[in-house]
Amino acid sequence: MASRLLWASRVASYLRVSVSHRGFASGRSDPLFVKDLKYAESHEWVKVDGKTATVGITDHAQDHLGDVVYVELPDVGHSVTQGSGFGAVESVKATSDVYSPVSGKVVQVNEELNKSPGLVNTSPYEDGWIIKVEMSDTGEVKNLMDSEKYSKFCEEEDAKH
Amino acid sequence: MLPSRLYQILSAKKMRGSLWQLGQSITRRLAQADKNSVARRFYSADSELKKTVLYDFHVANGGKMVPFAGWSMPIQYKDSIMDSTLNCRENGSLFDVSHMCGLSLKGKDSVPFLEKLVIADVAGLAHGTGTLTVFTNEKGGTIDDSVITKVNGEHIYLVVNAGCRDKDLAHIEEHMKAFKAKGGDVSWHIHDERSLLALQGPLAAPTLQHLTKEDLSKIYFGGFRILDINGASCFLTRTGYTGEDGFEISVPSEHAVDLAKAILEKSEGKVRLTGLGARDSLRLEAGLCLYGNDMEQHITPVEAGLTWAIGKRRRAEGGFLGAEVILKQLADGPSIRRVGFFSSGPPPRSHSEIQDEKGTNIGEVTSGGFSPCLKRNIAMGYVKSGLHKAGTKVKIVIRGKANDGVITKLPFVPSKYYKPS
Repeated sequence: MASRLLWASRVASYLRVSVSHRGFASGRSDPLFVKDLKYAESHEWVKVDGKTATVGITDHAQDHLGDVVYVELPDVGHSVTQGSGFGAVESVKATSDVYSPVSGKVVQVNEELNKSPGLVNTSPYEDGWIIKVEMSDTGEVKNLMDSEKYSKFCEEEDAKH
Repeated sequence: MLPSRLYQILSAKKMRGSLWQLGQSITRRLAQADKNSVARRFYSADSELKKTVLYDFHVANGGKMVPFAGWSMPIQYKDSIMDSTLNCRENGSLFDVSHMCGLSLKGKDSVPFLEKLVIADVAGLAHGTGTLTVFTNEKGGTIDDSVITKVNGEHIYLVVNAGCRDKDLAHIEEHMKAFKAKGGDVSWHIHDERSLLALQGPLAAPTLQHLTKEDLSKIYFGGFRILDINGASCFLTRTGYTGEDGFEISVPSEHAVDLAKAILEKSEGKVRLTGLGARDSLRLEAGLCLYGNDMEQHITPVEAGLTWAIGKRRRAEGGFLGAEVILKQLADGPSIRRVGFFSSGPPPRSHSEIQDEKGTNIGEVTSGGFSPCLKRNIAMGYVKSGLHKAGTKVKIVIRGKANDGVITKLPFVPSKYYKPS
């Protein structure tokens, strides 16, 4: 119990730092981690609905990247494999590959991002989604982290640097 | 000679993105090979990173510290890089550039000594003025770029890149030994007792004027004074790396934090602390070279578009390292040239391939990104001579896809240097 409280307070302090920082960029104050989603170590989230998975990058990722200026989308029909790259997100600062957290076929891409790549910053878990995948193996979702585990993962990763 | 860490990183061909990204905790996964090389070159060295005297001040102001050329430096503060870049052009920026190496050459032969190593007409500079120059090697390539100032006939003040410090000092020292052995009078002092602040943007001069009695309107671009600023004896150079009017202030380290605070306060918060991220966007918009990206050992100043920096007398007389190669290029024209690009699609980054419209390779991007001020992709790179004219259509290959680009004049954003009207 004690360790759990300690963990919670660490997460809370982490949240405060991130939220106040991000406040300058976008003025948002959404939660950083969404409960129902699953997360990959490479900082993508996935929302599972039956056989369909919606994929985007996490709030933590967009916060580190800064202003997103371009999102490279795959074609509809493109096959993706868990853990392999399918596109890229470009910010003023850097280029980052985006990896698919699940395997299957791309059935939809978020065309809005061509016009408004900044949606990845302002709404990473909703309007800033990147692709929808028809999963070939729904069991793969088990390999991903839940929000609690992912928030801890981010905290540890930040502490390293 | 071992290249510096900065140089190694910048020349790692497979590296994605720019340096800042690497120092930043890379949240996004890099390819495994790259990750290993990053770990070897960067993270393992975290404990050895040097700190400027402003380190605690940066952290207290929300600076995100990253490893840069062996130093722990702020990549950004609370503002996004986009906002920071815009604020520099609209109001002003204060950068800690104390990682750069300030150096004085003293002695009555300082000028002829330095002229053996750089392309500038140092003898022809008026006292208290300076210029951008490059240190050349025997092959006419570039060892480093540097802003040099002729304080007087027996004192030259110069600043070299942090990442090139070791190799530059070794190079200067080697030639100094030989020069002195022949009876030349020159010695050096490395200004490790000083810190360097860059104050840039339209509010730079009005803000700094509050802190000194000297009339700054009489110091033009490239001008230099030793003067009292905020109670400390400073070296002031009207120069910078943003394309804006501004100053670089070499201040005794014990007064650096006070001076930084005074500048921010006198600007009423409009001049903001600005990190390396925005500094890179600003210099790219201004069409200025980053050594290690846009200029390297094998690139001559003629190829880099710095022919203007070769003094007229130097073109006639030579007398600097690699002069034969450089003077021949001046006569015949270089085979490659540095140019600017606008492009569509993802922002080009260093090492993106440049092709002509038929898909034939004609060169490579050396710096690129999204311009916060122009809201479009900009890049610099080298193409074959003849294909370098503004308006030439090119393809820039990014992740296997060819994107439309067009060669354009530099700078991308007009410079606002303070010159006599």
